[in-house]
Amino acid sequence: MVRVLVGVKRVIDYAVKIRVKPDKSGVVTEGVKHSMNPFDEIAVEEAVKLKEKSIAKEIIAVSVGPTQSQEVIRTALAMGADRGIHVEVPAKEAELLQPIHVSKILAKLAQDEKIDLIVVGKQAIDDDANQTAQMTAAYLDWPQGTFCSKIEKVGEGYKIEREIDGGLEALALKAPAVLSADLRLNTPRYATLPNIMKAKKKPIKKVTPSELGVDTSPRIEILSVEEPPVRQAGSVVPDVDTLIAKLKEGGHVK
Amino acid sequence: MFKSKNLLIGANRLNRRFQSTLVIAEHNEKNLTAITQNAVTAAQKIGGDVTVLVAGTDCAAVAEQVSKLKGVSKVLLAQNAAFKGHTAETVTDAVVSLQNQLKFTHILAGASAFGKNVTPRIAAKLDVSPISDIIGVKSQDTFVRTIYAGNAIQTLKAKDAVKVLTIRGTNFEAAADGGNAAVENAPEIKVTEGLSTFLGQEISKSDRPELTSAKVIISGGRGLKSGDNFKLLYDLADKFGAAVGASRAAVDAGYVPNDLQIGQTGKIVAPDLYIAVGISGAIQHLAGMKDSKTIVAINKDPEAPIFQVSDHGLVADLFKAVPELTEKL
Repeated sequence: MVRVLVGVKRVIDYAVKIRVKPDKSGVVTEGVKHSMNPFDEIAVEEAVKLKEKSIAKEIIAVSVGPTQSQEVIRTALAMGADRGIHVEVPAKEAELLQPIHVSKILAKLAQDEKIDLIVVGKQAIDDDANQTAQMTAAYLDWPQGTFCSKIEKVGEGYKIEREIDGGLEALALKAPAVLSADLRLNTPRYATLPNIMKAKKKPIKKVTPSELGVDTSPRIEILSVEEPPVRQAGSVVPDVDTLIAKLKEGGHVK
Repeated sequence: MFKSKNLLIGANRLNRRFQSTLVIAEHNEKNLTAITQNAVTAAQKIGGDVTVLVAGTDCAAVAEQVSKLKGVSKVLLAQNAAFKGHTAETVTDAVVSLQNQLKFTHILAGASAFGKNVTPRIAAKLDVSPISDIIGVKSQDTFVRTIYAGNAIQTLKAKDAVKVLTIRGTNFEAAADGGNAAVENAPEIKVTEGLSTFLGQEISKSDRPELTSAKVIISGGRGLKSGDNFKLLYDLADKFGAAVGASRAAVDAGYVPNDLQIGQTGKIVAPDLYIAVGISGAIQHLAGMKDSKTIVAINKDPEAPIFQVSDHGLVADLFKAVPELTEKL
């Protein structure tokens, strides 16, 4: 049986229309609804499924960020994770935290906790980086299975199916490994009220990056964050004929 | 006189050595993937020498194709059975080993499934922070990318000595033919085998143009109601020689395979003409197509957000409007 580490990130809820700060330093996060990164929900669900199939014996949910990151750890615990680790980073510093820092933290925790499998989402919907799984795998020198749509434990390793540009690809990975979840991997369960109550009793350990020996000094300087160019409002055409005429005008139809 | 000329060349070389980019070619052993041509253009914007690595099992033909691209100074060919399936572990070994010998200032790949898989692993091995999916190059260390599903544009300065980047193909022109670079065998590369093994691929076959490079895309959403109804879109696509795409809703409902998905979590496209049929226009979908030159929306709901970004909107039942459009074209 394997010990699984799941990385979960607290991000602005996917349904929120974000606003850029007038001083161009970032986006407005105060008073905005946050939730667990949707890809991470899929990662947690997959870990819980592995436990239900008696492949995993313990699931540890980790989140790196400010105090409120504990909320997403609680959500993971309510979904079925056994315990949490909150790697606390003050909100100001968390803004400049990058996958390089998070993956070093995950790699260190994986060693400390004797982890056999790490599952994370393929990307966070705030920074859209799509890097953490790959970098964590590199720091541990473990194989990586990114954009997974299917995960099977086969013998000592894993057989995964991953989403690539033209279709699907199958890989066999030697354990221990790092996997990243794509949308099609599963449908995450809802945390039921009794499970949410139970999750309150599950332990969350608190550590800091420096206690783990990870340097979180920023590797980038954000020069500006701006609104994307606004598209000029178009027109509504009354019928198909007018649409064809417009397409002809634009040179799309001869 | 000879001496001074030599000195000049020497100085030039030194200057160029200051900026040197390695582009990691993406290919299927026979043909170069189009996004590599966009990556070569991005590399030229950074300045300096552009070296392209072609690593694979049997890919001399690909190296030949790359050598003809304008702007490529050198092609390094690394052929080894270990590169089967171009797994992240083996390609990383190749790039890191080259980097240790040749000291590039920039390492670049297209932001495709291949590039996204490989580059962060390379960056971590070099202990630098990679920068994903850039849409612009401001200078050798300053880049532009989108965050929050394309709803904000971030300009950032990379502090690391080596910049490892993926580039968004639709934001850089494809490098054209007309070059004549030398193809060399790459210096010896140590590859660790056995971490992962490529088992096979299932590529969706299609006669249509490839989605990310198509000039016209017809895309369908939940409004299509079934996979069979996508035939309406294929018929229309035939009139344009267009590719067919889909929203996440259509993929999740099982109407079409997921490699057709356009959006934050699927492909990013920017064709000349994008026709969205039965697609509401959720943030995640718009992230994948809002840089299209002309957007046409056909939807029966006049309140659908897609009409806020469309140039020409038609409020109509798609089951009537699409066949009519196909017939009249």
